[in-house]
Amino acid sequence: MLRADALRTIYPELEQSIVVTIMGAVAAELYTLGHRHNFFYLEHAMGLASSMGLGIALSIPEHKVIVIDGDGSLLMNLGTLSTMARYKPGNLLHIVFDNESLLSVGGFPTATSTGTDLAGIARASGVPQVMEAHTPESLKAAVTEALASNTLTTIVSKVEAVGPKTFHMDLPLLENRFQFKRALEALRRQKMQ
Amino acid sequence: MPVSVTNSKLIYDALKACDVKIMSALPETWLVHLIRMADEDPDMTLVRLAKEEEGVGISAGAHLAGVNSALLMQNHGFLAAINPIVSLAFLYKIPLLMLISLRGHFGEKDPWQTQGGLVTEPILRAMNIPIWHLTNPTDIHRRLKDAQTLAHASLHPVAVLLSRELMWED
Repeated sequence: MLRADALRTIYPELEQSIVVTIMGAVAAELYTLGHRHNFFYLEHAMGLASSMGLGIALSIPEHKVIVIDGDGSLLMNLGTLSTMARYKPGNLLHIVFDNESLLSVGGFPTATSTGTDLAGIARASGVPQVMEAHTPESLKAAVTEALASNTLTTIVSKVEAVGPKTFHMDLPLLENRFQFKRALEALRRQKMQ
Repeated sequence: MPVSVTNSKLIYDALKACDVKIMSALPETWLVHLIRMADEDPDMTLVRLAKEEEGVGISAGAHLAGVNSALLMQNHGFLAAINPIVSLAFLYKIPLLMLISLRGHFGEKDPWQTQGGLVTEPILRAMNIPIWHLTNPTDIHRRLKDAQTLAHASLHPVAVLLSRELMWED
């Protein structure tokens, strides 16, 4: 499966949610599909997108938060699975696109290419719902099920190690940051009314 | 265990007065009472971390979601969190209220703490992170509030160093 196709298929769900992505190919692809103020692209600090998602999910329990992670990033912060599993926010969905590669820096193979099983690690860490979805249709079904279940879920999707032609995004980091904070404020206000 | 309950309570109350709603923490001896107080407080979300760098992500998320948070860590935990502080908090202008127990300083008996004690303040200074020492029970409220105020005004991390004379009763 191409990650770009996967993203296109689940875009309607992403559109409705607070989304935090890792840097690189996935950020550029989501941005190209259609940027929204409720999308945040963490352009550095590899591994921490899921920790940010956890912080948001605990702060705004009434809104769905979707983290789009990658194998390289998750491998840098495996402890995040045990921390998420410990608090189990039901509004948090953690999607991991596993291309078995550090694609953005030249395609070096990660440990998932030699057998490390991220879904297995998520399960063993105590994440209450772990799914694997390797086609756009099955991913869409998994995302729908996860969001409806109100259960902390990790979905691992194997994707091809193919990225966009350019990683350029016409969105300075700080613009994204302040935009995103305002979008979250607006969501909180809506909920209070 | 001669960790000061009284001063831990003063620090905890000062964090409450700062409207801190989320505290991330990794246990260490001097922090045991603070962590227990957070755990027992139904209005506080305590996030027990596997590693301190996660706390930077959690606080960044909380800030963007409009919630005040604090990070509770030992100085060696701060050392472990340097990259996220640089490449998330600095890069994205995220205020962090970091409470760091300053182990390995004067009076330290544990040899393994002493190297961290030597480098903590120079590294904080090299990173341009404002430092305030908490040494006196009478100014805890003021110093924590002022630290948070500066963090929010500057959109930058601040460090409040918890000292032996405040935390440890020999």
